Amino acid sequence: MNAGLNEYLILSGLLFALGFFGVLLRKNTLAIFMCLELMLVASTLAVVAFSRFNGTLDGDVFVFFILTVAAAEVAVGLAIIVALFRRRQTVQVEELNALKN
Amino acid sequence: MADSLFYIFAFFTVACAVGVVANRNAVNGAMCLMLCLMGIAGLFVLLDAYLLAALLVLVYAGAVVALFLFIVMLLDMQGGVKRPFKKMTAVASLASLGLMLVGVSMLGSRGHLATLPSPAAAAAPVGAVLKNYAELLFTTYLLPVQVMGFLLLIAMLGVIVLSKKFEGMEDIK
Repeated sequence: MNAGLNEYLILSGLLFALGFFGVLLRKNTLAIFMCLELMLVASTLAVVAFSRFNGTLDGDVFVFFILTVAAAEVAVGLAIIVALFRRRQTVQVEELNALKN
Repeated sequence: MADSLFYIFAFFTVACAVGVVANRNAVNGAMCLMLCLMGIAGLFVLLDAYLLAALLVLVYAGAVVALFLFIVMLLDMQGGVKRPFKKMTAVASLASLGLMLVGVSMLGSRGHLATLPSPAAAAAPVGAVLKNYAELLFTTYLLPVQVMGFLLLIAMLGVIVLSKKFEGMEDIK
């Protein structure tokens, strides 16, 4: 069996599905964030595969930008989680219900 | 050779992704995430994106996972009470996983992407040469590069503001 574009896309979709499953299932904010990163990386894999099989570099450059945005996103997200922990002493999503009611 | 490498890396990556999702310990989850990123970097190498593979290892496996581990250490969440999953949450996430898997399998069975030429048969690939990257980054994508620089600056300022102590605010309970 040849590892063509389809195989890469299926792998990317599988990783995305696993990350999505984790985002919905997990309670710990940090674990949710890690699964979110997994989804992001899975999508970059699809972009790189498309770019490679299309014979252009534009997808690779786009992934370059995605990596930059992801780094910024992780920095800000973790700062928010730390601020949240300092205020509420917890990172479990079930106890973060200030917007309920 | 490349095909068997693809399957080895794919299996490794998926196994580590399952580890990220299923691990109760946040430190083990972060380590699994790092291994998963290593596998994806290997796949990038198979796709001839050498620069991106190096960047993925440096930025993600280096900086991001280290940041995650640092925050896990800082927050020390191991002592909290372990609550069981709500039945509704488990059912909903399993249903969504099933739906996404059905979508992926439809892609595999019904998609017309297989008709695209394989990399061996494709026209001479541009190749992930640094010069080509630089040319694209400084001509076609010059504006996005500037925007990215600005975004990083804003993220830096935002993190500084977020990590300040807020004195006068009453607690939201």
